[in-house]
Amino acid sequence: MGDIRPKRNPKAPRQQVPVLEAGRRASTPEEVATGFVEDQVKIEALRCLNCKNPVCVDACPLHLDIKAFIDRMANGDIAGAFEKISEQSPFPGVCGRVCQHELFCEKACLLGKKLDPVAIGSLERYCADYARAAGDGHGAARARPTGAKIALVGSGPASMIAAFDLVRKGYRVSVFEALHELGGVLAYGIPPFRLPREILNQEIDRLAGMGVEFHRNFIVGKTATIDELFAEGYEAVFIGTGAGLPYLMGIPGENLIGVYTANEFLTRINLMQAYRKESDTPVRVGRRTYVIGGGNSAMDAARWAKRLGSETTVLFRRGRAELRARLEEVEHAEQEGIRFEFLAAPVAIHGDDKGFVTGLDCIRMELGAPDSSGRPSPVPIAGSEYSVEVDTVVAAIGQGPNPTLQKATPELITNRGKIVIDASGQTSMEGVFAGGDVVRGGSTVILAMKDGRAAADAIDRALKARRADGVSEGREVAQ
Amino acid sequence: MNRILKRRQLTPEIVLLEVTAPRVARRWKPGNFIIIRPTPESERIPLTIVDGDAGKGSITMVVQAIGKTTMQTAALREGDAIPDLAGPLGEPATVERVGHVLAVGGGVGVAELLPVAGAFRRAGNYVTAICGARNAGLRILQEGLAAATDETLWATDDGSAGFHGNVVELMQAWKPATPPGLIHAIGPIPMMRAVASLTREWGVRTYASLNPVMIDGTGMCGGCRVTVGGKVRFACVEGPEFDAHEVDFDELARRNRAYADKEKEAREAHPCRIGLG
Repeated sequence: MGDIRPKRNPKAPRQQVPVLEAGRRASTPEEVATGFVEDQVKIEALRCLNCKNPVCVDACPLHLDIKAFIDRMANGDIAGAFEKISEQSPFPGVCGRVCQHELFCEKACLLGKKLDPVAIGSLERYCADYARAAGDGHGAARARPTGAKIALVGSGPASMIAAFDLVRKGYRVSVFEALHELGGVLAYGIPPFRLPREILNQEIDRLAGMGVEFHRNFIVGKTATIDELFAEGYEAVFIGTGAGLPYLMGIPGENLIGVYTANEFLTRINLMQAYRKESDTPVRVGRRTYVIGGGNSAMDAARWAKRLGSETTVLFRRGRAELRARLEEVEHAEQEGIRFEFLAAPVAIHGDDKGFVTGLDCIRMELGAPDSSGRPSPVPIAGSEYSVEVDTVVAAIGQGPNPTLQKATPELITNRGKIVIDASGQTSMEGVFAGGDVVRGGSTVILAMKDGRAAADAIDRALKARRADGVSEGREVAQ
Repeated sequence: MNRILKRRQLTPEIVLLEVTAPRVARRWKPGNFIIIRPTPESERIPLTIVDGDAGKGSITMVVQAIGKTTMQTAALREGDAIPDLAGPLGEPATVERVGHVLAVGGGVGVAELLPVAGAFRRAGNYVTAICGARNAGLRILQEGLAAATDETLWATDDGSAGFHGNVVELMQAWKPATPPGLIHAIGPIPMMRAVASLTREWGVRTYASLNPVMIDGTGMCGGCRVTVGGKVRFACVEGPEFDAHEVDFDELARRNRAYADKEKEAREAHPCRIGLG
């Protein structure tokens, strides 16, 4: 290869990700952001300043070598860029789509101080899509490792990166998933129009190719307890069971037919594929849907309701600036014709004599002093009540940790359902580690991955230390 | 693989299946259920575990073919595999030693009584079972119940066997001078509601095993929420058994009809009519 390095051009405009035309999105689960085209990639990669101290790398919870992969892209070496990312992440296709880059790497990007930051997320995604199209995304199939057996509970982002790290260290890794599909929240929570299932499944297949074993329909705490896993020869357990317990609004009429938690609504559609005619799982989406909440689940539910033919409104008790969803999802929702009703909250839901939802009472809010989350607190305005006609209500007001495993394992110390861990990531049980949303409460994919990576390190250290001690104790510990 | 070892047609609509599921067989307790999908396009449906054999690594369940998914399940043959089966789920039934226990079951619910009645008896209780069916030919698991209980009384709607009437009428006719110490009920919602209102009069603690719509069965969706004593509870993880005197059966009945229209469509579009007389 010649040594003619293309010229950097930070002043070029940040490339906009092409999207499916809003009208075409109306009734399909097709991915909305179609990703950069080839010409954009070079322009965007050459915008990177190639900083001596790449602050983006520090800002990335996984510390992906962003500088190096973008440099390869700038030189036209997309396959090399993909390899670079794959040294550190099993999920470039997933993270390129669902990570909140604007809160991490792109927020730190120096270029963003004066101009727009480099579109790091879109570049990451392009690498993954390129490798997949080229058939390179599978990685070399390896022999099954022979090290100590480790059980990872849940197959969401936290467990998956832990699996990736541990299998490469030579451990025999088994992932236990309660549902019939792998991926955790990536499978049941995130719609295919944000994360196509073939991308997710291919990145999971890559892990299987590396020797990770997957057990579906296996509910740790029910199908087997943690103690039983230890008895079966697992030497460490990681709990990454996520935050799947939906919060309820606690208002009258919440159990009427047509009132869903976002979890149920999204599980019916994403996991059970209620949007496909062939699927037997129904979902009830009426003419008018109100989605309550302002996070990613609210956007996902609203965008599905719209796709399923409903006139859809997002009701949020604060203002647009306080929405917690990724900005891109909010913009896409707006493009798709979803109405936003800010500074209002639900008070009661009404139904007919058969128990079907017919209406929603709301109250207007104003912003007051900041609350514990640092955001201005919504304060109801007396006398501002109003009513709307609706036939579907989706409560997307957050979720707490899945309780099943904690309930079956009273030795695990928890705080309001969240598993408590020490600085090393270990729980109150020796050899049992935890991370992601089951520790944090509702958080993000990338922070769950950060936790999974930290736990993998901690498990490796703990097992090595135990092995050193084990010799003196006469305990047999596999290598 | 969850392979079907044995299939027995109990009535034209009700089928008993014994399935390989070694881990569930080892850990299940009376009152637990499993979630299955009979085909890769199926809904996830909950089914009560009727029996389990840890040595053989199998569990037994009973399914009534009333909707598309249950029809597909009932149509499975010996040697077929169930693609997805997860469990054991839910809390086990409350089993205490109280002296005399009455177990009340209607229709396919009678199947769940079998392990629960057996557990009460092993705990040292005298167990009476009162079971209902539309007619003599639709009674299920008679020998099993006779073996698991101290006495089993049947009520049939047409009087073709046992008491002529429903289980609640039989309970009224049967009521001993000293009422039982605890009652466990499972069956159609109107039956459980009627049992609860009768035993409230009797002043006897009563548990009902509920059957709401479920998806994941692990507490993630809230589709199975029921109101018990004015509080919202998730039947999949906190139940399926609750204090029958506190359950809002009207709400449960309404919620279970949420997809009645879609179920009807699916059932009518489904070509398989096996076993439906």
